[in-house]
Amino acid sequence: MTASASLKLPVPTGVSDRLKRKLSRNLKERVIESILFAAAAFSVFVTIAIVWVLVKESWAFFEHVPVTDFLFDTQWTPLFDDAHYGIMVLLSGTLTSSGVALVVAIPLGTIIAIYLSEFAGFKLREIAKPFLELLGGVPTIVYGYFALTFLTPILQKIYPDLPGFNLLSAGLVMGVMIIPYVASLSEDAMRAVPMSLREGSYAMGATRLQTALWVVTPAATSGIASAYILGISRAVGETMILAVAAGMQPNLTFNPAEPGATITSYIVQVALGDLPHGSIGYQTIFAAGLTLLLMTLAFNLLGYWLRKRFREVY
Amino acid sequence: MQIQTGLEAGVEGTVLKAEVRDLDFHYGAFHALKRVSMPIYDRRVTALIGPSGCGKSTLLRCFNRMHDLYPGNRYSGGGIVFHPDNTNLLAPEVDPIEVRMRISMVFQKPNPFPKSIYENVAYSLRVRGMRNKNELDDRVESALKGAALWNEVSDRLKELGANLSGGQQQRLCIARALASDPEIILFDEPTSALDPIATASIEELVTELKEKVTILIVTHNMQQAARISDYTAYMYLGEMVEFGVTDQIFIKPTKKATEDYITGRFG
Repeated sequence: MTASASLKLPVPTGVSDRLKRKLSRNLKERVIESILFAAAAFSVFVTIAIVWVLVKESWAFFEHVPVTDFLFDTQWTPLFDDAHYGIMVLLSGTLTSSGVALVVAIPLGTIIAIYLSEFAGFKLREIAKPFLELLGGVPTIVYGYFALTFLTPILQKIYPDLPGFNLLSAGLVMGVMIIPYVASLSEDAMRAVPMSLREGSYAMGATRLQTALWVVTPAATSGIASAYILGISRAVGETMILAVAAGMQPNLTFNPAEPGATITSYIVQVALGDLPHGSIGYQTIFAAGLTLLLMTLAFNLLGYWLRKRFREVY
Repeated sequence: MQIQTGLEAGVEGTVLKAEVRDLDFHYGAFHALKRVSMPIYDRRVTALIGPSGCGKSTLLRCFNRMHDLYPGNRYSGGGIVFHPDNTNLLAPEVDPIEVRMRISMVFQKPNPFPKSIYENVAYSLRVRGMRNKNELDDRVESALKGAALWNEVSDRLKELGANLSGGQQQRLCIARALASDPEIILFDEPTSALDPIATASIEELVTELKEKVTILIVTHNMQQAARISDYTAYMYLGEMVEFGVTDQIFIKPTKKATEDYITGRFG
């Protein structure tokens, strides 16, 4: 028809001024795009650089210390003449203190999230949430001294045998520190559950508690799991509370009532000490750091998998 | 305002299940229902029609006290008398949970819980504390049969409800509403998110269900109201314009406003 007739006309080669590409706009776009790219590339570069340093220094360490010794030795005495490099010792401190912290943070954080999301009125939530998040903004050194000078004496009144430095008190306070992360993220996940699901539950005659526990929480599983994973990562990576309140004595134990060093508190101890650069003692912190990195990486991957596995399509 | 009831229109054998009497409702300062009155007949399908914002869904959600869930909503006058209890459902002494156990609801968009097909249907029984496995099995099966879904899902009751097609999900929601043997089921535009074939199956199901249960359905599809309902109420701007036997409303409405809406001149 008319369309096919017009196709027979030659295609014009000139471009009118108003349809021409605008140089200034193109340039501006490109500049902005390259700034955005640089910002993204920078963070990737930093990550790669950190991993590079850790792996390189750890490599030097493992040239002197066999990996099997590192993994299976039951003593951690890198500064002694009879040096042992058993990471299990530090790992046990990390796992014990994190375990104590999670026993506090996961139940309390979840209960707070359920309360704020499903029970609290609008006004209460708007007041309580900033306070909760403030809890996560307290410097960890303050938590550390709180554990050492406030909580430990109280615990000693209950258990007189408790040493002044112990994993229990540090772990409990660390749990309090993590509560806001667990609660806040879990609450976000629960609030993202569409109202239509709650209405469906209420319309079946369910109570608030039944709706919260049987419908909202299962629907928010992936988000709640991510919140837990973040909490675990925070616990494993926490340094200052443990350096101040847990004693920094390498100790292969899973008993929280004992003092202990964690991977992080050991790194602080060595990094602030006067070991010469390049010595084996100094390189231990890179091997310890690499262990920590692999642990948090494992938790992040687990979190990623959980998010995918339990993601709800509403 | 004059209400033409089914009795006046000559339909016999009808029993009142509920009566809306001079009902006023406020969303905050907004007067959403204005002295609305209408009868609901036992084991009949009553359709609520009217343009968007006319208050038909608002009225529906008064029946199971859904408005109680949100602050600022007020039942500000009149009430809904429920029979045979002869009780005002909106009285403050009435427990909304007890109301919802007797008056169930199916929503606009299928909203199965993130649970298995079985657990979706068993939900309304579990919230009542039913634990007996055999009893649960029986009730779930008969509810799924009642919702014409049993043949399609009997071999995969453990699968997630969300894996079903849209029409099946909506029938699952109907089974969920049926499981507790409600006396009234409220349908809030149950087919507006479904394709024509799924819509036809839901409409057929509604017609079957009325042998056992009273049905109140909000729809913005007038053909649907004409096809499946026994009574129709036309609402506009929060007021009940006309109530009557469906045939009468669609063939010779007494109000000019109803006629304008039904013939498509307005709305």
